[in-house]
Amino acid sequence: MATLSPSVTIHDPLTGRGGRGDRPPISDGGNGNGGNGSSPDFIRRLRRARVGFFILAVWVSMLFISFTSAYVVRKDLPSLNQNTNQLGKDWIPVDLPVSLLVVNTVLLVGSSVTIEFARRKVAQRMALAPVGAIPGIAIGREKTNLWLGITAALGVAFIIGQWLAWGELNNRGFYVASNPSSSFVYVLTATHAVHLMGGIVALIYAICASLLRKAIESRRIVIEIAAWYWHFMAALWIYVFALLAFVR
Amino acid sequence: MATTATVHAHAAPQGFIRRYIFSLDHKIIGLQYYFLALSAVFVGMLLSVLMRVHMVWPTASIPLLGDIKPETYVMLVTMHGTIMVFFVLTTAPQGGFGNYFLPIQIGAPDMAFPVLNMLSFWTTFVSFMVMLAAFFVTGGAPNHGWTGYAPLSAVPSAAPGEGLGADLWIISIAIFCIASLMGALNFITTILDLRAKGMTLMRMPLTCWSWFITAILGLLAFGVLLSAGILLLLDRNIGTSFFVPGGLNFTGRLAFPPGGLSSSTTPITHNGGSPLLWQHLFWFFGHPEVYIAILPGMGVASQLLSTFARKPIFGYKAMVYAIMGIGILGFVVWGHHMFMSGMSPYTAFSFSIMTMAIGVPSAIKTFNWLGTLYKSRIRLQTPMLYAISFVSLFVSGGLSGPFLAQPVLDIPLHDTAFVPAHFHLIMGVAAIFGMFGGTYYWFPKMFGRMMNERLGQIHCILTLVGTYAIFMPMHWLGEAGQPRRYSQFTELAYLQKLLPMNEFITYAALITVAVQFIFVFNLFWSMFKGPKASDNPWEATTLEWTTSTPPPHDNFGGKTPVVNHGPYEYSVPGAPKDFIMQTDPPTAPAH
Repeated sequence: MATLSPSVTIHDPLTGRGGRGDRPPISDGGNGNGGNGSSPDFIRRLRRARVGFFILAVWVSMLFISFTSAYVVRKDLPSLNQNTNQLGKDWIPVDLPVSLLVVNTVLLVGSSVTIEFARRKVAQRMALAPVGAIPGIAIGREKTNLWLGITAALGVAFIIGQWLAWGELNNRGFYVASNPSSSFVYVLTATHAVHLMGGIVALIYAICASLLRKAIESRRIVIEIAAWYWHFMAALWIYVFALLAFVR
Repeated sequence: MATTATVHAHAAPQGFIRRYIFSLDHKIIGLQYYFLALSAVFVGMLLSVLMRVHMVWPTASIPLLGDIKPETYVMLVTMHGTIMVFFVLTTAPQGGFGNYFLPIQIGAPDMAFPVLNMLSFWTTFVSFMVMLAAFFVTGGAPNHGWTGYAPLSAVPSAAPGEGLGADLWIISIAIFCIASLMGALNFITTILDLRAKGMTLMRMPLTCWSWFITAILGLLAFGVLLSAGILLLLDRNIGTSFFVPGGLNFTGRLAFPPGGLSSSTTPITHNGGSPLLWQHLFWFFGHPEVYIAILPGMGVASQLLSTFARKPIFGYKAMVYAIMGIGILGFVVWGHHMFMSGMSPYTAFSFSIMTMAIGVPSAIKTFNWLGTLYKSRIRLQTPMLYAISFVSLFVSGGLSGPFLAQPVLDIPLHDTAFVPAHFHLIMGVAAIFGMFGGTYYWFPKMFGRMMNERLGQIHCILTLVGTYAIFMPMHWLGEAGQPRRYSQFTELAYLQKLLPMNEFITYAALITVAVQFIFVFNLFWSMFKGPKASDNPWEATTLEWTTSTPPPHDNFGGKTPVVNHGPYEYSVPGAPKDFIMQTDPPTAPAH
């Protein structure tokens, strides 16, 4: 004699890559219904946010491209030695704290993985939202914020690591103004760190959006863009690291 | 969830502050930009008048200001250039008209990111305030020109204005870069993503095309300027050596940052930096910036010529590709500003060829404008007068370009009045005429009233004659060897005979500046007393003329326009009227 059926718990489904969790269908000319339970308004907002992200990425890239070009040009410039009154190179290759920077790189790449988990969790969550609305069906606890928090913590750890690397550079005698090479190390790493802090602010905003019970669609967009930005920051760091390590 | 309003995310706000100060409405933001530029242009104009007066009467004492010392003169040069380039030529055509009319012209309810749009304006405003603050700090505004050439700009002890004033200048420019990023982000996303149904890229009015390409140029150029500015600030305040060469000697002392170096750094002198590096970074931004100033003017001129000639624009696609061509070539010609820097003749040659190649798309545009006018039934209303004047100025200013594009001619002419004559005509006055034309043309849509035609015509003719009277003789002064940027040259024997010409220019400048008050009077008087405008007073075809005057908060009153026609369908054979609105139902046969 079954009396009360227990409430069914559905666990997060394993949506495939490129499935509906990953990539929303492109709306037809802006007015069509995207299907999958997501409103055309959401698709349009998501697409708009993505276009905006790409434009931002172009701008940030231009900033680093011009730093790179200045770096490469300055590296090979002869300069006047005031003691001997002769032209010579004044570029002293920086003795980078490589092992520390490798640890930082691992932290940042790791955070890139964790934010990808967050991005997929929120996408699944959104796909499940209609199911969750059926009475008697509880969908498992949401883990998006957990991954977002881990990512933010790893980001902070990376910045602390960069700070330690600066201290190590100081110990080795490379100050901001000691040599053009060290100036560039500080400029590139600091500019990257400032941009990463922007990413951390975005993560905190995403967590707050969840705590404030914002609509899942808005949260999805925020997390989506934050994730793409975070991946971009990780790639940018690898580029900066490679530039400093190999073009000396 | 699915039924949230897709058109306008934010409702029309009620309070004064939300509605007019921190407004999210692109129309209000456009007007804010416009009036910011209008105030900036008067500051810039005042500075230029002081310069002209000082050039001819160097000993004259100015009320409130006293004698103009040489460092005051270069300060005037710097601030005139900076304010005009950044806060007028970059701000009004793109931020002002672009913000107001881009969404309406493509049938969108607002910009893609309204909050970002508001932030963009207020960041620009802060940037302008910081720039103006440079006047009031010890030492005054910087002396390094709008190009900020190092090492003058990189060493605080180099000149009186290079202390705090120069820091404020750089910070202001850096803030402006951020503001411009937010603007470009909005413009590009809006055009790519918010076009109404049927508004294909090749059905966009040429104004939208020019705002689009301008936004892309700004996106690519301002990041470079920001990076250069960061390096310059470090050179000035931390003691790095990006731009300051070693062994530099200013006023008998080796160059040190003020107040010594901080305790955490090893005190060293500047060593081995390259002033040329600054020039490369600056002009990589600076040349696209020139097109940022002039492209929207070209767009407005195309729009106006077609409307008032009652003819489709001649060669629409060619116009679009010419805008793109100018944009792309604009990024590979920065070296022509640096022929004087001792660059290799081979490098100079390639920059020279690329520069002259810009003549091709520019000529395409010019001939298409003339082709539009040819055998047309011109309505000579005020906006049209400005559009025609724009073409005239663009040609006159443009023709001296190929001269300066050649190193052999540029080297003798570079530091003479020839160069200011050239760039004032083409990027200064021509762009300003684009804005005037835009103001007279769109005023009825923005304020619901017409501007006074008679005053507009008088203003146009006098300004056109006045600016030619100012800048044409400057070419001749330059060829005669009058140097630019000199605070005083009346004592030089070989320049004595040029003094009457300089006096003529100064009088012309004073009169032209006075004439601008006709415009300001017309603007504000018509806002309240002008005759009421209909929805489409010019019988134009683009989307802004389909909506009511002034446009409602969401631009089209809850409806989404559907576009069936190209932007310039005038005098179509067989059509009932001599123009077909873009939203008119499609004509039955395809052709």
